[in-house]
Amino acid sequence: MNLALSDEQEFLREAARGTLSRVKTLEAAREALDGEAGALPDLWPAACEAGWPGLLIDEAHGGAGLDAFDAMLVLGECGRVLAGVPLLGHLPATAILADAPRVADYLPALASGERRAAYLPSQPPSDVEPRWTVDPLSGMERAPLPTGSEPNANAEVKLSGRYAFVPDAPGAGALVGVALLDTPDRGTGGTPVGVVVMADADGVQIEPVRRYDATRSLAHVTLTNAPATVLDAPVESLAGAWHLAQALIAAESIGSVETALEMSVAYAKERHTFGRPIGSYQAVKHSLTEVLRQQENGRSLLYYAGWARNGAPAEFPLAASAARSVAGRALDYAARTMISVHGGIGATWEHDAPLFFRRAQLSRRLLGGTAGATDRVAGELIAQADAA
Amino acid sequence: MDLDDTPEQVAHRAKVRAWLEENKAQAPVLTGPDALTEEAEIVSARRAWQGKLAEAGLAGVTWPKEYGGQGLGPIEQVICNQEIARTGVPGILDAIGVGMLGPTIIAHGSDEQKARYLGPMLHGDEVWCQLFSEPAAGSDLAAVQARARQTEDGSWRLSGQKVWTTNAQFSSYGLLLARTDADVPKHKGLTMFIVPMDAPGVTVRGLRQISGEAEFNEVFFDDVELAADAVVGGVGNGWGTALTTLMFERVTIGLGGEGLGYNSVRFAKGIAADEHARRDPEVRRQLGEISSELLAVRFTGYRTLTALQKGQIPGPEAGLAKVTIVNGAIKAGDLIADVQGPDALSEQSEWAYMISFLPGLKSAGGTEEILRNTIGERVLGLPPEPRLDKGIPFSELRSKEGAAA
Repeated sequence: MNLALSDEQEFLREAARGTLSRVKTLEAAREALDGEAGALPDLWPAACEAGWPGLLIDEAHGGAGLDAFDAMLVLGECGRVLAGVPLLGHLPATAILADAPRVADYLPALASGERRAAYLPSQPPSDVEPRWTVDPLSGMERAPLPTGSEPNANAEVKLSGRYAFVPDAPGAGALVGVALLDTPDRGTGGTPVGVVVMADADGVQIEPVRRYDATRSLAHVTLTNAPATVLDAPVESLAGAWHLAQALIAAESIGSVETALEMSVAYAKERHTFGRPIGSYQAVKHSLTEVLRQQENGRSLLYYAGWARNGAPAEFPLAASAARSVAGRALDYAARTMISVHGGIGATWEHDAPLFFRRAQLSRRLLGGTAGATDRVAGELIAQADAA
Repeated sequence: MDLDDTPEQVAHRAKVRAWLEENKAQAPVLTGPDALTEEAEIVSARRAWQGKLAEAGLAGVTWPKEYGGQGLGPIEQVICNQEIARTGVPGILDAIGVGMLGPTIIAHGSDEQKARYLGPMLHGDEVWCQLFSEPAAGSDLAAVQARARQTEDGSWRLSGQKVWTTNAQFSSYGLLLARTDADVPKHKGLTMFIVPMDAPGVTVRGLRQISGEAEFNEVFFDDVELAADAVVGGVGNGWGTALTTLMFERVTIGLGGEGLGYNSVRFAKGIAADEHARRDPEVRRQLGEISSELLAVRFTGYRTLTALQKGQIPGPEAGLAKVTIVNGAIKAGDLIADVQGPDALSEQSEWAYMISFLPGLKSAGGTEEILRNTIGERVLGLPPEPRLDKGIPFSELRSKEGAAA
C-alpha cells in the first residue's frame, strides 16, 4: 500500500511549479479577457523544455515513459495558476498515437513538442447511450461521430463531420480522435476507429472559439471530406483517451481549488468584522472546511484514477469519471465560496476570484461536462451492482 | 504508487485467510434464517468469537506483544479486518475497547492496570464501554459534570450521569471522565477512572433510538465507590488522557468507513433493480454524485494507511471522511426510498434501519459542526471563536453563562 508521491513525482511537481512561476499567468488571464492581443503567453516552449509533451510517450520514442498520474501532477500545477498550457489536448492524443504502431515514426516529434497534437474528444458508449458521441455545438443532445467510407490500402480515409469545443485545437498540427467508418458490420451504423487528421489538410476547418475563460484555447473542428489516416490503436485505447482527458481536467480542477482555498483562507484570517477575523465565524469556517472536504475527496480520486489506468484498467472509466465528477463540483463550490468569502470585491475585475469562477464555469461544460462524468459513474456502478 | 501488499503483507494475509477458512464455521451467525436473535445469545457467541480471533492474532494486532497483541502496524490490522469482511464473519464485539480504550490504558495506565485489564478486554472476557459524553457535555466534552470526590482513605465517590453509551448493558468496565476539581478551569479539573459496571450505585438504562431499538444507554452513578487505583493517567490529567482516546477514535473512524456497510455498490443495487430508475437522469445524477464521494473515502482511507505506514499520525482531517460517509449514506437512503417508495420504510427493508440509524450517527464521534470547527482551526489554521470559558474556574462558569445569555 503506497498512495504517496515518489521522490521523482515530488520533483516533477516542484519543477512544474517552478517553471510556471516564471510567468504571470493570472495577470495574463485577466488581460486576455480584456481582449488584449497576444496577452496570453505561449507556454509551449517552456512545456517542451520541461519534457511535458512526451510524458506519456515511451523512452524508445523520445518520451519520458511516465504514466497518467505524473501527467495529472503537471496538470494540477497548471490549474493552480490557470496556466493555458495545451496539454489537455496534446496528452490524450499522444496516448492514442502511442498505441498505434502505424504512426510510431511520428511519435518523437510529438514527444519533443516540435509537433503538437490535439485530442478530438470522442465519448465511448455507456449503458444508456449505445453510440460513440461528440460534444454538440449546443443543447443537451450528444452529436454523432464524424464518419468516413472504407479506408484504402494505405489506411487512408475521407472524413466528414464536426467535433465541437476541442481543447487546444488552435495551432495544433495533428488532430486525433475517433470516427465511424461505413464498414459492413452488425448493424451498429459503423465501426469506431482511431483517426489522425493533419490540421493543414484540405477539408479541415479549425474555427477558434472563445468562451468565458480566456485561458482556455478552444476550436470547433469541421471536416469536409478531409483526408485522414486510420490508426491501428485498439478500441480500449480510444475509450481510454476519453477517460484520460477526464482525469486530466479533474487534476487541473483540483489544482485550481487549491489556490482558491488558499486565497480564501488567507483573507478569512486577515479580514475583521465586529472585532474579530471573519474566519473565526462558523458560517465562514464551515464553508471553507467544505471546500477542503471536496478538495481532499477529489485528490483521493485522482490517486484512484492515476493508479487504475495501469493497475486496474477495468476500473479506469469509473475512477476517472468519479474524479471528474467530484473535482468539477469542488471547483464550482470553491470558486463561489472564494467570491462570497471576499465579499463584494470578490465579484469585481480587481480580484482574481472571477478568473477562477470563469474557469469553473467553462470547465464544467467541456469534455462531456461534469454531469456527463457523473452519469457514467452511475452507469458503471449499476453495472457492478448487476454483476454482484 | 500502488495498492499492493509487500511480500510480508502477502504472507500475513495468506496466514489470516487460511485461519479464517479453517475456523469460519465457528463464527456466530448474525444474518439470514439461522441468525441468532436473543441479545444474550448474540453477545455470548460474539465474545467467544472475539476470544478466538484474539488467540489467532487477528484482533489487537497493533497492541504490544506483552499485552497479548501482535506488535504489528495498522496495515496488518487492516488486512485482518479486510479478510474478516471478505470471509463474511463478524469482527470483534468490543471494537470500542480494543480499538480505543485499550490503547488509552496502554498509553496512560499503570503496570498493574495493564496486567489486570488488557488481556480480558482483548479476549472478550470483559467488555468495556466509553463513559465520556453527558447530557450537557458532548461537543464541549470538557464540561463534564460527573463528580468524583476523594475520601480520606484515598478511595473515590462518584456521582453523575453519562449518555450515548454503547454496549453498557453488557459491559464489565467503563473508562469514565469525571470532574475531580471544580475550582480550576474546566480542562484542568478532570480525571480518568476505570469503573466496574457491577459496582453498587451504577444503573444502566437503554435509550431507544429512531429505529425503536436501544443500541446505546444512559448510565447513572449514585455515590459509587471507586478504589484509589481506579485512576488512569493521574489525577487532574483526564483531559490529556481523553485526547488519546479521541485520537484513536479518529483512526478507527478514518479506517472503518466501509465497515459500516455504506458502500457505493450496495447503494447501486438498491437502484439497479428498478428498470425505470436505473435509466432516469435525475436518479443517475444523484447516484453518481453520492457514489463518487463514497469511492473517494475508500482512497482517503488508503492515503491514511500510507501515512500510518510511514509513522505519521492521521490528523483531524480524517474526520472529514466521516462527514462524507454519513452525509452520503443519508442521501443514498433518501434516494433509494424515493425510488422504492414506502416499501423501503417497511420493517423488513434493509433500508429502513439504515435510514433510522443515520441521523444519530451524524452526531456520533463528534458532531459534524464540531468536526468542521476542529478541522477549520487545526488544518486550515483559521482563528478560533472567542470563548467565554477560558481561564475561568469550572464552578464559576454557570453564572458566567447566565450573564452572557
